[in-house]
Amino acid sequence: MFVIVVGGGKVGYYLTKELLDSSHEVVLLEKDRGRASQIADEIGSVVIARDGCEGKNLAEAGCNRADIVAAVTGDDEDNLVICQMAKHHFSVPRTIARVNNPKNEELFRHLGVDEIISPTRMILGAVEQDIPIHELLHLAAFEGGELELIEANLLGDSPAVGRAPRDLDIPPGCSLFAVIRDGVAMPLRPDTTLQEGDKVIAIGPTECQDVLHAQLIGDDEVAVGI
Amino acid sequence: MKSVIIGCGRVGATLAQNLEAEGHQVVIIDVVTAAFERLPSSFKGTAIRGDGTDEDTLRRAGAEDADLFLALTEGDNRNVMAAQLAAEALGARRIVAKINDPVRAEAYADLGIATLCRTNLMVDVVREYLGLAALHEQAVIEATGHHPGGEHHAETEPAAVGEG
Repeated sequence: MFVIVVGGGKVGYYLTKELLDSSHEVVLLEKDRGRASQIADEIGSVVIARDGCEGKNLAEAGCNRADIVAAVTGDDEDNLVICQMAKHHFSVPRTIARVNNPKNEELFRHLGVDEIISPTRMILGAVEQDIPIHELLHLAAFEGGELELIEANLLGDSPAVGRAPRDLDIPPGCSLFAVIRDGVAMPLRPDTTLQEGDKVIAIGPTECQDVLHAQLIGDDEVAVGI
Repeated sequence: MKSVIIGCGRVGATLAQNLEAEGHQVVIIDVVTAAFERLPSSFKGTAIRGDGTDEDTLRRAGAEDADLFLALTEGDNRNVMAAQLAAEALGARRIVAKINDPVRAEAYADLGIATLCRTNLMVDVVREYLGLAALHEQAVIEATGHHPGGEHHAETEPAAVGEG
């Protein structure tokens, strides 16, 4: 696998090192000359001291035969441009962007970046796991973020308590497939009556999250409005 | 006409001032407050300090549904990202991004953003002054391709929903 890594910060540095250790072909682009030569001293001549946002430099790094381009600089706008140039100008099959502002995830996906890694979102997810709040917990994403695996913690005021999945208005493409009750996981059947304290595990398209929220947790806005 | 300008440099500030004096609604955004000193005291538009590549900032500044969106900061990539946000999330109608790297300017015109390249512009002005032929047909490269997200944006984005 030939991987071009852009951005020689901590993420880019360790990524390059790990990829080399697993015998992949790697080129690292880092625009700061000092930083580039420092990395080159440590891991060898795979470093090019150039700005990876410039088409010319990507071409020189061999972008037209790259299998993957990973843009891991600290600036979202740079990572977006790197991935778009790689994708549309050099037809790189797979582009990966680091995103710092979680709000940018959707935009990046929409604009054709294949894989979006948001450290902020990941840490947020880990924090949410520990705090029981009135929200759906996002456990994992599939199909490039199109599908999300979520957990809903049913509190007393949930509209789903006392009802079974077949009585709920679940959008097509969503599946409520398991429930954790008193620490025991069991399959969730269409006629299983849900109870307070149940944790419902579901998977569905990202755009259905609001409906799932309304059905399983309750509609916050209505509650606040009245 | 509602105009949003990102970057209050000399060009951004001058345009903001002209457009406002001609009776248009103008919002100008810059990350540095000191940049607004370039605006005359008579400027009656809105000047907001904030990051033009941050969707929340843009919405708070009232950048939704702009008739004209100009990304004129010093950073090519910042302009590219602000322009794409305007197209995809904010429902802006006419968008121009300043991209000084000619290669990137061309590439983004292909992706559906009208781009303005100062490098090409200056080269042509100097050449013309010297009596040499201009190398580029037009100052602004019109959007030649389709924006990757352009089409389904209209269906999925609740663009008409305002801030209230």
